[in-house]
Amino acid sequence: MDQIYELLAITLGAILANNFIFSQFLGICPFLGVSKKVDTAVGMGMAVTFVMGLASAITWLVNTFILIPFDLGYMQTVAFILVIASLVQFIEMFLQKSMPSLYTALGVYLPLITTNCAVLGVALLNIQNNYNFISSVVYGITGGLGFLLAIVLFASIRERLVFADYPKSFEGFPIALVTAGLMALAFMGFSGLKIW
Amino acid sequence: MNFGKQLKEGLITNNPVLVQVLGMCSTMAITTSIMNGLGMGVSVLIILTASNVVISAIRKIVPDKIRIAMFIVVIAGFVTCVDLLLQAFVPAIAESLGVFIPLIVVNCIILGRAESFSYKNGIAASFVDGICQGIGYTLVLLAMCFIRELLGAGTLAGFRIIPEQFPIGVLTLPVGGFLVLGCLIAAMQWALSRNKK
Repeated sequence: MDQIYELLAITLGAILANNFIFSQFLGICPFLGVSKKVDTAVGMGMAVTFVMGLASAITWLVNTFILIPFDLGYMQTVAFILVIASLVQFIEMFLQKSMPSLYTALGVYLPLITTNCAVLGVALLNIQNNYNFISSVVYGITGGLGFLLAIVLFASIRERLVFADYPKSFEGFPIALVTAGLMALAFMGFSGLKIW
Repeated sequence: MNFGKQLKEGLITNNPVLVQVLGMCSTMAITTSIMNGLGMGVSVLIILTASNVVISAIRKIVPDKIRIAMFIVVIAGFVTCVDLLLQAFVPAIAESLGVFIPLIVVNCIILGRAESFSYKNGIAASFVDGICQGIGYTLVLLAMCFIRELLGAGTLAGFRIIPEQFPIGVLTLPVGGFLVLGCLIAAMQWALSRNKK
């Protein structure tokens, strides 16, 4: 039972209370870069969720069965980033073959997942929080879902920003950041959410 | 070599954060106190300069196709060094920066400079570029820290300036990061467009 409660707590935390974007500042670059249209935002969010889940699983295994037994803890960063980079490369080839439309929609942003701090961040946080295998994978996937939720909401607001009347110098990133700030304020409301 | 021009680019016209809009995560996440900002800024400055020099030195022997992977390995190596050094000599800063030190690996500024500058230029120019862009990044961090710590917590580097009941607490929360950075970029765009006229 304890395990189930823990997983539930992780899920709610990763999606709402400790959302990767709005409270941990991980994965801001793609969040700002790929959120001009809802369709691409959905694609990006799903790709990130997928990569985060897989990366959590693989980096946990690498850490537990390779780095710790051989006392190579200090190689963590290097090992993880290599795992993530090759994983992204693999997904890119897979999408190119099986889903060309999604592949062209994601375009340059797919390789950029490698440098998405949310992916490396979730791998490092799993180790830092001493999660076991199942918790790590759940944290990875739900963290990705939190990212998906955030980026889709943000993209739909941004589509409407075209009609808004704001000072000229706020055009582009500044107004997007202010919008994201207000959304972060809204998400702060979830921080009271606690389950035992 | 024109040091002056590169410095001006790094600080103003091509500032990594305010104009290229790279490296947002760390810029917003750790800028809650001046010490954090300084620690992060200097770490990035050192890693950026070192990796710029190494990448520019090996640029002729690296095949085009695997260059990104090579860049990342070089950067990850330097990040690990800096991480271990910080843990050994300034554990307090290492503690408060936490996961954001290893995350310098995926800081887009460093990879961006590797791809757009040091892969195409000589060692000396890359060295200067690393320092200039690093200073540009550090200055933005310090500006953010200054605003958020002074107005949000009422202190500066730990010393109380504004009495405890007045500060705008929300500025030290994630919300403040987004809003302050948004306003800074807007101010920069305003200043640049005014300059053009």
